[in-house]
Amino acid sequence: MTSLLTCKEFLQELTDYLDSTVDAELRRKLEAHINECPNCFVILDTTQRTIKVYKGMQAQEIPEEVHIRLMKAVERKIAARKTAAQ
Amino acid sequence: MPATTEAGVFDESGLLAKARDGDAAAFNELVNRYSRKIYRLAKHITQNDTDAEDVLQETFMKSYEHLGDFQGQSKFYTWIVRIAVNESLMKLRKRKSDRTVPLDEPLDTGEDTVVREIAVWDENPEQQYSREEMAKILDESVESLKPSFRTVFVLRDIEELSTEETAQALGISVPAVKSRLLRARLQLREKLTRFFRRKGDDVFAYL
Repeated sequence: MTSLLTCKEFLQELTDYLDSTVDAELRRKLEAHINECPNCFVILDTTQRTIKVYKGMQAQEIPEEVHIRLMKAVERKIAARKTAAQ
Repeated sequence: MPATTEAGVFDESGLLAKARDGDAAAFNELVNRYSRKIYRLAKHITQNDTDAEDVLQETFMKSYEHLGDFQGQSKFYTWIVRIAVNESLMKLRKRKSDRTVPLDEPLDTGEDTVVREIAVWDENPEQQYSREEMAKILDESVESLKPSFRTVFVLRDIEELSTEETAQALGISVPAVKSRLLRARLQLREKLTRFFRRKGDDVFAYL
């Protein structure tokens, strides 16, 4: 149980590690691996930053004409239901 | 990041009940709350403005039609995401009518998680690029992923759905979500490394 993980094993667990869904035992092993392996440390760091940069991305505004057409379509839909209900 | 926390902050049950009773203002409020995110999601998956607009409209039309069926066991947002994902995938399938977009490929052994580019990133890569350049780099990198990876990445890391919600929205298993997410993240990491690597560094300086 004390043997170091290989880089391949480390990579397989990377997503669960980043999402904090690994158990304490596995977490210890993964951390032991990155302490010994500079490459995996860099991969971990840059993958973490990849996720962060996308999470920080704001949804752009919808082009105004697209929004207007959406609201008109919604309006028609609601009116159609009201007419049908009468 | 207010856009990503909206779903959790407001209690929507009142709004939903009103919309269900035919209150137009309440439904409009729901549309306004989520239209930006649905449009972004549709654009990421379909990669096309016209398709994204169609998906946006279809999503809210269908959610309105089926509001009575929505049980409230999941969040309203998760529910409409599922509709939007289905509509987007249908668009992709239509475009590639000769090749269907596989929804649940067999799990592979992870052989394609091979890492080629290993380089430390610049401290603040954001400062080297304008906002527009940065958005372009991020968008184009996501677009270059294959659809089954791209969809999982967009739902998990951009729209911030949980693994379970993503599995539900796509109708695939949790292990399939995890496996695709890992590969999507690693592939994006490689693509971004080409832009964000610390200048002047030797590739092998850290070996």
